[in-house]
Amino acid sequence: MSVREKKVAVYRKEHFNAAHRIFNPAWDDGKNAEVFGKCSNPNYHGHNYELIVKVTGVPDPETGYVMDMKVLSRITAEEVLERFDHKNLNLDTVEFKDLNPTAEHIAVVIYDLLRARIDEKLELQVRLYETERNFVEYPAD
Amino acid sequence: MVYLTRLEHFNAAHKLYNPGWSREKNEEVFGKCANENWHGHNYDLYVTIKGDPDPDTGFLFDVKKLSQIIKDQVIEKVDHRNLNLEVDFLKGKMCSTENLAIGIWQQLVPHLPEEIKLHCIKLYETPRIYVEYFG
Repeated sequence: MSVREKKVAVYRKEHFNAAHRIFNPAWDDGKNAEVFGKCSNPNYHGHNYELIVKVTGVPDPETGYVMDMKVLSRITAEEVLERFDHKNLNLDTVEFKDLNPTAEHIAVVIYDLLRARIDEKLELQVRLYETERNFVEYPAD
Repeated sequence: MVYLTRLEHFNAAHKLYNPGWSREKNEEVFGKCANENWHGHNYDLYVTIKGDPDPDTGFLFDVKKLSQIIKDQVIEKVDHRNLNLEVDFLKGKMCSTENLAIGIWQQLVPHLPEEIKLHCIKLYETPRIYVEYFG
């Protein structure tokens, strides 16, 4: 296989911060507190989220790029940062109006938002750090 | 003189909002940090003490005890909290990282033994923004 046919993954790192509360509206306050502990604080808490967007494909024969990183950066800023940065995920976003804003769900929502804007022939994966020690990936391998 | 640092973490919601100003003025000065529905951060807290090592233990101070004091006096009060609404030592103050660092200093000093001097509170609001307070 020639160099020009090999798949390469490119990554873009972004960050945003937000308030949230882990809360299941079908449960009473007692059950929410029991299951989610302090993450369910009715007055919210917050995180610095780090997002790594991974795009995989064969570099374009004319540009040598899998994807223009400026374009990936702009799409991520438009779809993710403008929606979620300095927001309350429970109160300020339509995406989490009826969806518990766990890191798992946030990663899937971000994937869907980006997937719609990135060439279908490229593979996409997102990794989301909620803290330095807790992170999730979607799709799972 | 030796300096010893203990690192702790917490996360919290807050907003930068001066209740004496109009909403427009708050948005003008604090931008998206003034979002009335809050936003939040993972904070990294570096507490540095200074002094001379004890000749018998070789320790400046038992770091397990230091960790417990920080947990009891600071982390318990701020972790997974809303800094504007739920933290007694920030009541009536602007919830900036600067004021939070000063408040943490004031929380810790009364609980440290007299021979141990607090040297610095270094508080990261994001991996790219931090403040230092030396008392």
